[in-house]
Amino acid sequence: MMALFARELKLATRVGAGAMTGVLFFLAVVTVVPFAVGPDLNLLARIGPAVLWIGALLASLLGLDRLFQQDREDGSLAILLMSEHPSALIVFVKCLAHWAATGLPLIVAAPIFGLFLNMEAKAIAATVATLAVGTPAITFIGAVGAAVTVTLARGGLIIAILVLPLVLPSLIFGVAASYGAVEDPAPFTQPFIMLTAVTLFLAVLGPLAAGFALKHAID
Amino acid sequence: MQLVAENLAVDRGERRIFEGLSFSVAAGMALVVTGPNGAGKSTLIKAIAGFLTPSAGAIRLDGLTGEARPVREHCHYLAHDNALKSQLTVDENLSFWWQFMGAPRANIEEALERVGLPGIGELPVGYLSAGQKRRVAIARLLLNERPVWLVDEPTSALDKASETRFAELVHEHLDRGGIIVAATHQALGLKDAQSLGMGTPLPNPSPQGGGAHESPTT
Repeated sequence: MMALFARELKLATRVGAGAMTGVLFFLAVVTVVPFAVGPDLNLLARIGPAVLWIGALLASLLGLDRLFQQDREDGSLAILLMSEHPSALIVFVKCLAHWAATGLPLIVAAPIFGLFLNMEAKAIAATVATLAVGTPAITFIGAVGAAVTVTLARGGLIIAILVLPLVLPSLIFGVAASYGAVEDPAPFTQPFIMLTAVTLFLAVLGPLAAGFALKHAID
Repeated sequence: MQLVAENLAVDRGERRIFEGLSFSVAAGMALVVTGPNGAGKSTLIKAIAGFLTPSAGAIRLDGLTGEARPVREHCHYLAHDNALKSQLTVDENLSFWWQFMGAPRANIEEALERVGLPGIGELPVGYLSAGQKRRVAIARLLLNERPVWLVDEPTSALDKASETRFAELVHEHLDRGGIIVAATHQALGLKDAQSLGMGTPLPNPSPQGGGAHESPTT
């Protein structure tokens, strides 16, 4: 399984794999917002966590269609699933690698982008923490969308539409916790725990469902 | 050890590809599946590999010791696709499969030498020709111990010398007590292979075109 993780990371970071497209898209979203809402620094600071979350969410959806499609096209997926490793575990490891290659850069970039939005240090720290806990959920539930659409040639948009409603809880709790960190009397801990719970729940359900869907996608 | 199929029927969607198929292949034997395009050769291979669930009948591997595991876990599968990543080098591709599949048998240099490609491990797979990719894919079969090889047109894109080399590998595998199920149009140069001719596809009895040509397997 470590071999699979290493291979996925290698593939994601090789030239042309597009691991950085997510960060660039994230950057595009964040830089466009101040131009749209105008030079009101207080307003920017207030909507900052929400903008970071929306940017990270949309950027995470970008590369999901490649999660299984290339493996299916070159025949690797069939052989992966023939092995004695459970399909859910294979999906789980692929999700972890995908998140490490595409989600982690977003989280690393988020503090810098937070400065663009005039966010205070505490708000940036809270947003980064919520993103770190919340974005794996997008990958896990996205894997289900990717598995269901793996046979479709242009599944990317369909994945986004399938997955978006399911990641709304993460978005809501993530932004709520980020606000909670800076605005009294809004709480930080409760939404943060809920966010963690959503991620843990999807970490189990997502790979199981995706593994099941993949078994029916190879024939 | 014995690979047994009993009264097998497989559907794809609404269409029945074949039915009432029974065979048994003993250890050290090869089963060569022939038939025109669309007869269900690849479908049979996929059913044994566990990708298609039979609508009727069963496939099992008899005479194995140890805990019961699904047939697919005892199989190597070489399909039309080579299951290689063109961005990675030959070594990276093979070492992944070597680690992932478990039960290591040969190391990568040995396997590459056996398919006549020594010293290309550093090259990205994307630089190789179709025939070389196929040989790297064949080298994958040598890396891990699997008693049953399921091969689908294994010699496509191979030149004559490589075909001969593949035949040697096949014989070696059979001599070790392995089983091979091959769907092919080419004679693989197998001695004493069982032959399974698959007929015209059901339910439409008109023969499929597309240049199917059967080669006798002796």
